[in-house]
Amino acid sequence: MSTLGSKSNPYDAIVVGAGHNGLTCAAYLARAGRKVLVLERRPLVGGAAVSESLYPGFTYSVCSYVVSLLRPWIIRDLDLVKHGLKIVPLECSYTPQPDDEGLCRWPDPDKTRREIARLSPRDADTYPEFGRAVGRLSRFVKPFIDSPAPDPLSLKPKDLFQLLGMGRAFRELGDDLTALQFKLTTMSGVDFLREWFESDQLIAPMSCSGIIGTFLGVKSPGTAYVLLHHYMGEIDGSSRSWGFPVGGTGAISEAIASSARSFGAEIRCNASVETITVAGGKANGVVLEGGDELHARTVISGCEPRLTFLEFVGEDHLPGEFTGQLKRYKCRGSSGKVNIALDRWVDFKHRPGDGMHVRGDIAIASSTDYLERAYDDAKYGDFSQKPYINLVFPSLLDRGMAPPGKHVMSCFVQYAPYDIKEGPSHWPQKREAFGDAVVNTLEEYMPGLKDAMLHRQVLTPWDLEQDFGLTEGNIFHGELGLEQLLFQRPVSGWARYKTPVKNLWLCGSGAHPGGGVMGAPGGLAAKEMLRQGAV
Amino acid sequence: MPRQSPFHPRTAALCSSYAWKEWAGYAAICNYDAHSEREYFAFRHTAGMIDVSPLYKYDVRGKDAAAFLAHVWTRDITRLPPGRVVYGTMCNEDGYALDDGTVANLGDGRFRVSSSEPWLGWYGRHARGFDVTIEDETDKIAALSVQGPRAREILQPMVEADLDAVRFFGVRTAALAGKPGWISRTGYTGDLGYELWMDPEDALHVWDSVIAAGTDYGLQPAGLDAMDVTRIEAGFVLQGIDYVSAKNCITESLKSTPEDAGLGWTVKLDREGWIGRDALLRERDRGGSTWQLVGLELSWPELEALYDKYKLPPHLAPAACRLAVPVYDAGGKQVGQATSSTWSPVQKRYLALAQLHRPFGEIGTELQIEHTPEFERCRITATVVEKPFYNPPAKTFTPARAAKSKGAAA
Repeated sequence: MSTLGSKSNPYDAIVVGAGHNGLTCAAYLARAGRKVLVLERRPLVGGAAVSESLYPGFTYSVCSYVVSLLRPWIIRDLDLVKHGLKIVPLECSYTPQPDDEGLCRWPDPDKTRREIARLSPRDADTYPEFGRAVGRLSRFVKPFIDSPAPDPLSLKPKDLFQLLGMGRAFRELGDDLTALQFKLTTMSGVDFLREWFESDQLIAPMSCSGIIGTFLGVKSPGTAYVLLHHYMGEIDGSSRSWGFPVGGTGAISEAIASSARSFGAEIRCNASVETITVAGGKANGVVLEGGDELHARTVISGCEPRLTFLEFVGEDHLPGEFTGQLKRYKCRGSSGKVNIALDRWVDFKHRPGDGMHVRGDIAIASSTDYLERAYDDAKYGDFSQKPYINLVFPSLLDRGMAPPGKHVMSCFVQYAPYDIKEGPSHWPQKREAFGDAVVNTLEEYMPGLKDAMLHRQVLTPWDLEQDFGLTEGNIFHGELGLEQLLFQRPVSGWARYKTPVKNLWLCGSGAHPGGGVMGAPGGLAAKEMLRQGAV
Repeated sequence: MPRQSPFHPRTAALCSSYAWKEWAGYAAICNYDAHSEREYFAFRHTAGMIDVSPLYKYDVRGKDAAAFLAHVWTRDITRLPPGRVVYGTMCNEDGYALDDGTVANLGDGRFRVSSSEPWLGWYGRHARGFDVTIEDETDKIAALSVQGPRAREILQPMVEADLDAVRFFGVRTAALAGKPGWISRTGYTGDLGYELWMDPEDALHVWDSVIAAGTDYGLQPAGLDAMDVTRIEAGFVLQGIDYVSAKNCITESLKSTPEDAGLGWTVKLDREGWIGRDALLRERDRGGSTWQLVGLELSWPELEALYDKYKLPPHLAPAACRLAVPVYDAGGKQVGQATSSTWSPVQKRYLALAQLHRPFGEIGTELQIEHTPEFERCRITATVVEKPFYNPPAKTFTPARAAKSKGAAA
């Protein structure tokens, strides 16, 4: 008798890693009738999109914590709402100041205008203009996140048309916007924003989206482009783009997993892949920790590319040129995560209460100098003593995340360089000191925070690598720099999910169009494989 | 000038948008904020609370109360047990729909009928020969609807009734925060939800109690705009929008039979003795209704492509649209109209309810619908799909019954 996964009866596809992209890819393949097995090393699905209860009664979105770009076509195709997906929009973007009430940017444009006018009446007028200009640019960029990257060296009509389309769309932007586009790709976030605005209190939080997940400062060239990437939140007839998944980020993974199962995919947790087996240049299965062998016609990795090729496949099976490029692929982790359980609500000093101003994301980013100083620490191998923190109170957005009256606090913290000067493996000794720096910083804005803390989880880039397989702790499976996007992601020549190893494909955030809880790499990889008849 | 509902002091204080509209002679809130998104998500993810006092409400009693209601409504109210509510249609003698609404059997021979239009005159005309008294209690009962997946948890501590045991379309006499009233498991959002019925004198006390009970759960007062989106997702028709009461139709062609209005399921033609049956039997013999009300899903990729031609991001109003829009068959012939449409924020789908000529309402039929970016008439594909569009298990799930059947199985 031959069971599924044996040599004589292989799976159509084995997906390595049940992150949200691996699951999305598996769901699409299963929906197309393929026999798919997903293997996950951890006891639960989700990868970096997981919810875990580490303190009784409280649920943490352990790693990724908000969602903006989850592709609507995936929500529709995989019927994710029926499988439990619920996303609530964030209400506000609040930037507290140590000595005054700070700035709130609301979905209501008039309210935002009044807030900005207190800082600069001129900026208040410019703000919606800026939104429109960047919105038009996003229209140009958006089609690329919903289709595979064009291949600039290909002579196939399809690629030529796509590139042509890219050129045409670009021309249509008009001269002003083309100039804007060039600025975006060459300038720093801060310089770019200064061309529009004068208030540093406004520029500082706006510039933060340019550094998330990269090892750059708000004044480093190129960060303006990443700003745009974050402006691409889906325009879907509603004014807001950032949302919080009810049940935490893990609920997204669970909805996708449930959808995948409904189409017949098999998902196995506690199944750690040790090797992707390659014979005659073709991938044909995996070996699990413990020695079990599983066979498949195709192997798809949702893991980060360096982990996939250098650990699971091995250099012996790879062309030298490819290995070289891969080793230069930038994965510099720059951030950590602190999750906190609170016994009670703790007021912000200058805007008390648990009202709408705290039901969104809160940026500890009082000035551009503050942010640049945080980077200064990191440049020389230290974590920031006064870091940039992006705070969310999931318990205010989904009351099920904590017992009534109590709260959870999610803190994304930058900078925490993977390469600390003592060496990355020394992170465990520095973990609590890093957590203390975060809490001490927050205490200045939220007096009484320390007294209200019931539990704290600190994740350093080292932990993100060891526990979640994020090489060097990079949250996007490789930085979202311009040189690592589109037809260069992860390396040029291999940006279409295909790899130099036959029958081995990529479907994670290290593939086009990149990181964030969007599901696009997973969904697009599956579509591309089905189109090519590869599975 | 519209009147103030018993909840007005509370709702007005919270209404920062000043967005009001007239509803059955009352001032009703469209949305509390500049937009209705937060209220919508409360309905879908926690609970929204909406003042529904303007609903027309009639108290019907007497020996023949059930028989009378079974005569004027399409449903057999004589078989409606105490503690149950039923949704139905009311027709005129020509078989055209006058209204839809609910009839609740409150026990002791007492019924409460709610509807979107006033019907005291109509009832009076048809009560001859029935031992029945009918009283308009619209102004005597304040009503508050608490809708959403966490409604049960929020209300349980303040309602003297075991909500775990109240079934979908159940009704109970119950103290509400210590004040006498009723709670029914009914609503207009297609999810778990309850309606609280009380003396207007107690309205503010009950409002404050629900707010106090719900704040930790994320309860949110909501207006009509948010409810409009949820009711389209739930596939519910709205009288005056998706069909027009025959009473208000100037032309014959505007009138709808229950079948035309998507209410055919509330009609049992084999039951005798109700107004409109004879006409509907004749229609059946002629081959049945030529219209049907269906759900449409509009193609979002096509809409995006259409807007892209105009170099615009796709744009829809952030609320439900109540303007009728023509629907065409593949050959370009108009086959009906979409009467309500909305973007569904939870499902990321663009949905509509449409009245179509048969047989264009068959599930899966691909039609064309008008869309006008930059004021130019264009068309995109709209496919007939099953409704309700949104139908969570919580809508009908009753914990006590589930526990019982589990116990029985064990």
